[in-house]
Amino acid sequence: MTTTEVTWEFFEEQIERPPLTPAQVAWRRFRRHKMALVGVGLLIAIFLYVTVGAFFYSEADANRTDLSITLSPPSPDHPLGTDGTGRCILARTIYGGQISVLIGLFAVIVSVTVGVLIGAISGYYGGHIDAILMRFTEAMFNIPQLFLLILLAKFLSGKIPTFKLLGRSFSGSVIVIIGVIGLTSWMYLARIVRANFLSLKEQEFVTAARCIGSRNFSIIFEHILPNSVAPIVVAATLGVASAIINEAYVSFLGLGVQPPTATWGNMLDQAYHHLDSEPWMWFFPGMLILLTVLGINFVGDGLRDALDPRALTQTE
Amino acid sequence: MRGNQVLVKTESLKKHFPITRGIIFQQQVGSVRAVDGVTLHIYRGETLGLVGESGCGKTTAGCTILQLYRPTSGRVIFDGTDLTILKGEPLRDMRRRMQMIFQDPYASLNPRMTIARIISEPLRAHKLTSGKEQVDRVQELLRLVHLNPRFINRYPHEFSGGQRQRIGVARALASNPEFIVCDEPISALDVSIQAQIVNLLEDLQDKFGLTYMFIAHDLSMVRHICDRVAVMYLGKIVELAIKDELYDHPLHPYTQALMSAVPVPDPVVERERKRIILEGDVPSPIDPPPGCRFSTRCPVAREECFHQVPPWRDVGGDHFVACHED
Amino acid sequence: MAPLLEVQDLTTRFYTLDGIVHAVNGISYTVEEGDTLGIVGESGCGKSVSVLSVMGLIPEPPGKIAAGQVLYKGQDLLQLDRKQMERIRGKEIAMVFQDPMTSLNPVLTIGRQISESLIVHLGMGQEEARRRSVELLDMVGIPQAVDRYSDYPHQFSGGMRQRAMIAMALACSPNIFIADEPTTALDVTIQAQIIDLVKTLRDQLGMAVIWITHDLGIIAGLAEKVLVMYAGFFVERGSVDDIYGDPRHPYTLALLKSVPRVDRTSKERLAVISGLPPDLLGLPPGCPFAPRCTYAVEQCRKENPCLEPIGFGHEIACWVDVTTGRER
Repeated sequence: MTTTEVTWEFFEEQIERPPLTPAQVAWRRFRRHKMALVGVGLLIAIFLYVTVGAFFYSEADANRTDLSITLSPPSPDHPLGTDGTGRCILARTIYGGQISVLIGLFAVIVSVTVGVLIGAISGYYGGHIDAILMRFTEAMFNIPQLFLLILLAKFLSGKIPTFKLLGRSFSGSVIVIIGVIGLTSWMYLARIVRANFLSLKEQEFVTAARCIGSRNFSIIFEHILPNSVAPIVVAATLGVASAIINEAYVSFLGLGVQPPTATWGNMLDQAYHHLDSEPWMWFFPGMLILLTVLGINFVGDGLRDALDPRALTQTE
Repeated sequence: MRGNQVLVKTESLKKHFPITRGIIFQQQVGSVRAVDGVTLHIYRGETLGLVGESGCGKTTAGCTILQLYRPTSGRVIFDGTDLTILKGEPLRDMRRRMQMIFQDPYASLNPRMTIARIISEPLRAHKLTSGKEQVDRVQELLRLVHLNPRFINRYPHEFSGGQRQRIGVARALASNPEFIVCDEPISALDVSIQAQIVNLLEDLQDKFGLTYMFIAHDLSMVRHICDRVAVMYLGKIVELAIKDELYDHPLHPYTQALMSAVPVPDPVVERERKRIILEGDVPSPIDPPPGCRFSTRCPVAREECFHQVPPWRDVGGDHFVACHED
Repeated sequence: MAPLLEVQDLTTRFYTLDGIVHAVNGISYTVEEGDTLGIVGESGCGKSVSVLSVMGLIPEPPGKIAAGQVLYKGQDLLQLDRKQMERIRGKEIAMVFQDPMTSLNPVLTIGRQISESLIVHLGMGQEEARRRSVELLDMVGIPQAVDRYSDYPHQFSGGMRQRAMIAMALACSPNIFIADEPTTALDVTIQAQIIDLVKTLRDQLGMAVIWITHDLGIIAGLAEKVLVMYAGFFVERGSVDDIYGDPRHPYTLALLKSVPRVDRTSKERLAVISGLPPDLLGLPPGCPFAPRCTYAVEQCRKENPCLEPIGFGHEIACWVDVTTGRER
């Protein structure tokens, strides 16, 4: 009697564990990070603050000056105090927060797009293209960012008109800042993406794709890029924090979004002469920046571990 | 089984990988001569085995034949067309007819794609089907490799090594190829799973008239599945013959040593055997010995073996050897 | 004469996030002086874990030797503390692993690593240890041993590294030499060299050898006694002629039929063992091989059979007689 032979009927293959997509695996691992969950909490809180808060205070409230109550400490009318021209700090942090966060998000969109494109093309094609792009990247790295920021800010300010988004009008300087920050912070990601591509290019599933006859475009976007998602997501997340801080010090130098439009950064700038006397002017925007950046960093850490590609080799 | 028509032919195929040195400008200081003059022909419908130990260049040979590496020199003629002069679109077109099954079932499938997408990739790349027709084809392919079609949207990490290898086979079959290079397809699998995959490959060959090049180092398995076998050493083929002829009457000293080194699961046979134990290690493919590559370890090497490259001789009965000895 | 090594009811488990892995489930065997024992089974059957348990190399956590005794010269190794075990490991019982590159320290010279064993275990001085190390390298067939003493692992080829590992293992002339798949990653001609070397040294030094592998061919040519392992259990035990000439357990039979031979061409298809390898997280009640066994009967799914003799020195753990197809 022989052991069972395989005939043309298929035998029931068991897959022991319930199906988990890579996304579900990542979510499980993320959940285990206590600090990452704290970060998520912080970010949700801040998001609610700047969005829901807008229902309680209008933009006019944020910009209304009242010279009779300048530099007053926190009170029932103005829970976070007022600034040098009697504007309500609470309202200003809400609307300022919208802009700071917006700048953070869009600057990252710019830098990720540029960084990934350059890194992918460089890493995949190699040769001369890689050499040229990498020399360019290194050159950009070596130019002090501040210098570029100041240069571009001075050059572009006043040249871009205001625009409307979601019922709020934003001055052109917001676009300038987004562009400036975005175009000076892509290099780090370009290097990472390039390194990722260099190693993934040699993976057997990429060789398999070439063997099948897939086009280069297909291979880059369907095969390699999805497997590089981890460092990109992490870099993008941390990039938002970095962009918010960048905005803060650009504004601190007086080169950012101009008043009366508030951003957390230019609120710090205005508090410069009142550091000891009216601490509420810098404390609250400063705290908000701190909490936002902390929250983002915690989430970024959690994501970095959750998206570790090695996780997929264990069936969790 | 095997027809008389030659499907794939290589002529003095060479693949050298340059070794460069230099900080700013890279200069070539030498090359790894992975494949150094391989001439063979594969008949339609047959399974040609390519055996050798690590570093002999067999995997590189398989990849070079499929133009995954462009040859340094030599030609590859597939069904009358010279692949080495093709580029771009025409080459991509040819790929539909020749496929590969890879060694590592864990690395050869994209971990972020569902197996439906993995298996249908050849169909999409060559625009062969779409929509419902594509789904049907993928399910059909899964059934062909004895995997339940209901797992169509799962990810590779949910499957075992043997199952993943079958997904790889399904993918290779998707575009209805004529020629499949099997690069050590069972080396990474458990003994009891190896038999499943080998049987599957044989069944598919019968059903679709496929031609295989079976690259492996497991000589016992090669004897089971192949029709003719070529033995490779340091980038060159040293012997080529019909299976039984090669295994029962090996002529080249390396083939003889190789055959005698393979353990047989039979203690009675093992007790009687005389092993030919080779001295030393395989020389480097960067700096191969002049003359016969095997001369440094050959138990019967003569003076001329060290200086002259041995001729490729036809000793009758479709049996070829590269050796100075008669 | 008392056996050199006596393993009784060894049970090893791993406590993981996914559950308890029952890697080794109550195995027993003895090794006499000069024996050559082969433990054969596929990956995941527990053969490596079983010898790592004997050597005290199971990390605890997540592992735990849940039950059993390992009597070496009458002394239970499982009861020894770390220091006592270290005196035995390397000196009396030595082990060689599959991948020499990860077992060797890449930043120390090969010679130094061999000497270390001699200095620590035999109390040799530096100079004496050096001389003996060179002798050992020579004994395992490494040419120009004197020069190669000061080479680093990455300067050796795979086969050479494995020889160096063997030299290290044999440095103190152990009584038992355990080899866990040492040739799996090596080419077949190099493998033949290594096996030949081990056989020669075994005869010269009179030590007992336990060789673990999934390769049925190697065991046939090397071992005298064979143990077939599946899902952490021994399913068949016997002399090498018994196992290959008269296999009685369905798993052994299936394994032998699914492996092709280099010395003959068969026109038949390779026999296939249907189903999947056992899940050590949740073994079914009854015989672990029952789900895949063509001879399985009702009893097989209810109760796990123990090893019972069917001939002189030949034991199987099975409810069925494969020659008749009926229950025993």
